[in-house]
This record gives sequence, structure tokens and C-alpha cells, in this order.
Amino acid sequence: MTNLVRHRLFWPSAVLVLLLASNVFFAPRFFTITLQDGHLYGSLIDILRSATPLALVALGMTMVIATGGIDLSVGSVMAISGALACLIIGGLPDQDSVAGVLIAVGVALALSALLGVWNGVLVAVIGIQPIIATLILMVAGRGIAQLITDGQIINVSSAPYRVIGAGYLFGIPVSVIIVAVVVAAAALIIRRSALGVLVESVGASPTASRLAGIRARGLTITAYVFAAFCAGIAGLIFSSNVASADSNAAGNLIELDAILAVVIGGTALTGGRFSIAGSVLGAVLISALDITTYTIGVPAETTLLFKAVVVVVLCLSQSAAFRAVVFRRRNPAPVTPAVEVSA
Amino acid sequence: MIGISAPPQPETAVVAPRRRRGLDRRHIPVLVTLGLLVGMYGLGVANYDNFSDTQVFLNIFVDNAFLLVVAAGMTFVILTGGIDLSVGAVVALTTVVAATLLHAGWPAVVVLPLVLLMGTSLGLGMGAVIHYFKVEPFIATLAGMFLARGLSLLINRNSIPITDPFWTAMAQNRIRFGPGIFISTSVVIALVVVLIGAYVLAYTRFGRNVYAIGGNADSALLMGLPVKRTRIAVYTVSGFCSSLGGVLLSFYMLSGYSLHAQGMELDAIAAVVIGGTILTGGSGYLFGTVLGVMVLGMIQTIITFQGDLSSWWTKIVIGILLFAFIVLQRLVTRRTT
Repeated sequence: MTNLVRHRLFWPSAVLVLLLASNVFFAPRFFTITLQDGHLYGSLIDILRSATPLALVALGMTMVIATGGIDLSVGSVMAISGALACLIIGGLPDQDSVAGVLIAVGVALALSALLGVWNGVLVAVIGIQPIIATLILMVAGRGIAQLITDGQIINVSSAPYRVIGAGYLFGIPVSVIIVAVVVAAAALIIRRSALGVLVESVGASPTASRLAGIRARGLTITAYVFAAFCAGIAGLIFSSNVASADSNAAGNLIELDAILAVVIGGTALTGGRFSIAGSVLGAVLISALDITTYTIGVPAETTLLFKAVVVVVLCLSQSAAFRAVVFRRRNPAPVTPAVEVSA
Repeated sequence: MIGISAPPQPETAVVAPRRRRGLDRRHIPVLVTLGLLVGMYGLGVANYDNFSDTQVFLNIFVDNAFLLVVAAGMTFVILTGGIDLSVGAVVALTTVVAATLLHAGWPAVVVLPLVLLMGTSLGLGMGAVIHYFKVEPFIATLAGMFLARGLSLLINRNSIPITDPFWTAMAQNRIRFGPGIFISTSVVIALVVVLIGAYVLAYTRFGRNVYAIGGNADSALLMGLPVKRTRIAVYTVSGFCSSLGGVLLSFYMLSGYSLHAQGMELDAIAAVVIGGTILTGGSGYLFGTVLGVMVLGMIQTIITFQGDLSSWWTKIVIGILLFAFIVLQRLVTRRTT
């Protein structure tokens, strides 16, 4: 029992369950999932669907934070990726051509990865603090996205493109499947090889890992490229869902939500140990929070207050200084249970 | 660590200025900014009619007085090696609370100190959390940002007009130097804040402690400097400056709105960086921040005069300038080692 309570995903899971359960009082049919026209419908599916962009961004952010960095530019990368894809599709002679959409998606993702290289080089090669290095792209990126769309909202009417964000496969939303595949692939590659351990060692102590012969520079750049790539996919899902590219709304403030999701998932901002499952759980929790506020009928703005409380509580519980003050009497020994790292 | 409280690095320590001819390396970023500003002004005068009007130059201050105050507070925080993301939200909260109370009929003499006190206590709270619980400044002020923005949205989602006689008087009052040449009262307030801030940083014990902590917090502690008090104080100063900036913004806009000042934290950080303050702390001048705010204002003025350039070029140019100055900082700090 104590092991269960001490597991680092216990509290986020408990909060998620409580949050979902509280909806039943306001909407009795909250947990009902129905099958209409071969598509699954229901509040739970809504939560998963609206969590998809955030879960992807949080996944990338987890790897960056694990190296001891942070990526503020993910929202801008989302905007650029969606803008470029919509621009290319809008210029196609036939917007419904699958090949054309695939090219647009490929180009958008390639540009996103390139932006990740830019971030990574600034951090790992030039040695700029991550928060500042990615601030540059955060500020300039939204300008670039508006430059691509010429300040307009580009609307597209492409059936293949719509599938990414709004389509269904075997009754399940395609966006959820995409996220599940990306998360599973990332978890497999990172945890079934030495990659995860190497990233953790770079985050825990760059100097020690360099002395141990780890190529920290390449790993750090890879983490930023991965984060930008994930943000690129998230941007495609977002713009495909609304069938347009809106450079201002796409990924607005998502960097803060993503950081919050990562912190909720138990990854410390200081780098080192990370949990992919935790970050995805964090993203679902934030999405559930948004949907819950709609169900209960409280003004959506209160979610910001709730997030503030969550950030404070989580950070205080992660802070060794705070635990030392609060738990001094009850536990003389330092309470830092070595939880098994699991993805 | 996301690199905000830097590990002990001997190269960032405040080195006693070596007496030698030529430039002090610490002045290079400020001088580059000054050169850039003069260059941009020259470019504007050469290309556009009426750009050389004194009022065009003064309007940069009139339109950015609130940013100047906020950036001055941010300079204190960044000099200690920290960061304050809550400033924009505190500005918005201040305008909303002020507008709501004035709308309810409270007198201006009560509202004004009250909102300033509110912002200051928010800053004090964040500083205390950062210091006592060793929470990253980035995260603590992020929570402060959510809190302030959420509170202001909770109070009122709509824009509240301000009709209080004192506020409207402050909004319309112009200090005239000649026909068509004027500044607003807010500019005077902002400049007074900057002068006091510059004096505090350069000539008081508190100011020197700020530089010492930014140079190397561990050494500052070992030297017996009051690290705790100073670190909490800089966030309090930033909170005060944000709420004062909010008051100036409400003078300028004559309204309180929870969506005012969105992204202002980025503008303030950009102004401080372009002004030559090193982000790891310990080096920089408030005068540089003034130049940084002027550069941002100048970019907007040039884009307005050009006419056919769209507003997003502002963001791209600010991004390019940020990049250039951060790389310059790296080169300057690297050479001093």
C-alpha cells in the first residue's frame, strides 16, 4: 500500500480519477461512450482528443527537460508547421490529392525538425541558456508563421488533411492513434536502448557524463529536434482539426501547459530522471480539467487559478527544502524513495 | 537546473575593472545598443519625412512608459540571475482591480496605494517561495502568472472603462515644452523610477548586493552578504514595478482588462537583454534597459512609418536582435576569462 502511495504517478492519477468522478454529479452521462456511425462518442473521448496536441508537445518537452533544458518555442513551432502545411495544400491544384497532402506534411515536419536543430545548436554548441535560446524562436517564430500565412487565416478544404485531426479509424479518432503510436515508439526507442539512461545522465550532471565519455552535445541537439518534431505533428493535428492555419491561436501558451504536464508527471525541472508516461498522464489531466470546467459550468478562466494552485503544490512537494520543513517531525530520515524508472 | 541560478563559474564573477586604456568590456553591450539606436534613428530620418520631429522621438517614451517601469523591475531580477514571468499578468491584474474599485466608487487616493501594495505583496510572496523552498524562479513566477491572470479573469472578463477624474486627468495631462512638443505624466513617473533604480543599483549597499548575488550567489553568501533578504527584495521590487506599470497602463488605456499586457514579460525580458544585461546575472546597467526599451519602441515607429511592413516584422526583428545580443554577450563574457 505504501509503495502504491509513494509511486510518483499515484497523486496525478488520483487527482485525475477524482476530477473525472466529480463530473458525474453534473452530467450523469459523463462516462457513457456511444457508437454513432462507427465513431466513438463521449466525454472521455473528447478529453483524449483535446489532449492530443498537448500530449505530443509534453512528450518532446520531457526529453528536453530531462537533459536539463527547456523549450519555450514549441507553440511557435506548432504555428509554423500548421501554417506551412496549409499554405502548401492551399496551393495544390487538387486539394484532395493524397500525395500533395503527404508532401505538405513532410515539408512541415522537416521544417519543424530544422527549427529544433537551430534551438539545439544555440543551446549545445553556442552554450546559451535554454530558456533564453528558445525564447528567440518563441518571439520570432510567431512572426515567421504570420509571414507564411501573410497575416491571414488560411482555410483549406482537403479531405485527406482533415483526417489527421478530425478523422476516425476503427471508430477511434486518428489524432489519438497518432499520439499513441508516437508515444509508444518513443518509449520503445528511449527505454529499450541506452538512450534514456544517457539522456538522464546528461541532465543529472553534464560534466560527469562528459567525463564518462557520453557525447552530451549530440544528445542535447537530438532532444531539441525531437521536441520540435513533436510540436510539428501537434501543429498539424491542431490546424487539421480546424481545417485552417491561425498563426495566433495555434499553440498559444501551450509551452506553459506542456511544462506543467511534465512537472505533474513527476519529471523534475532540474533534469535527470524523467517519466514519459507521467507527462502523457499530465497532459490528459490538464485536458480533463478543461473539459470538467465546461461540464460543471464554472467560467473557463478558473482553470488558470486551478493550474496556479497545482503548480505551487507540485513544486513545493518536489522541493527538498519544503519537505525538510514539513516532514521533519514525522520522518527523521530524508524522504526520497528511489522509485523505479518506468516509461 | 534550467540554468537560472548558475553553478559557480569563476568567469562570471564580478572582476575588478582592470585599469587600462580603451573600453571596459562590460560597457560594450550597452555601447552596441546605443550605436544601434543611433543607427536606427539615422535610418528613420534619412528615409521618412517628419521622422526627425522631436515629438516622434518623445512618443517612443509616451507609448512605452509602462514597459520602461516593468523592464526596470525586471532588470533587478535578471541582475541576480533570476527571471520574472509574472510581470504581464500582474500589470493586467492591477488594471482590472483598479478599474473595478474605481467603478465601485472608491476614491483614487485609496485605490492607488492599494493596487501598488497588491503587486508588491505578490512579488514578495513569489520571492519568499523562490528563496525558502528553493523553487526555480521560472516555475514560481509562472505560478504567479497563472494566479494573477486567473484572478483578473475571475474578477471581470470584459474591459472595464475608467472614468475617475484623477485617472482621466493623468491620462490627458501633458507637459509641454513647446508647440506640439510634449510628454505625458507617465513618462515623468517612469523616468523618476529609472533614476531611483539606477541610483539604488550603483550607490547603495542593496544595489551592490544584487550584483554580487548575480555574479556568484555562493561567494556572496560566504562573504556574509544578506542573500536571503536581497533575493526576496528583487522580486518585491519587480512586483512593485509591475503594479506601477499597470497603473501607468491604465492611465494610458483608461480601462482595466484582463487581457491587457499579454506577452509583456517577453517584451520586458527582450528590452533587458538588448540593453546589455547578462542573463546569468551580475553585469548590466539600468541605463541599458532604457536603451533596450527605446530600441523596441524605435522598431515599432519605423514599421509604422514604413507603412507597407506588417506588424509581424516587429516580432521577427526583435527575435533577430535578441539572437544578435545574446551571441554578443557570449563573446564578451568568454573573452573576459
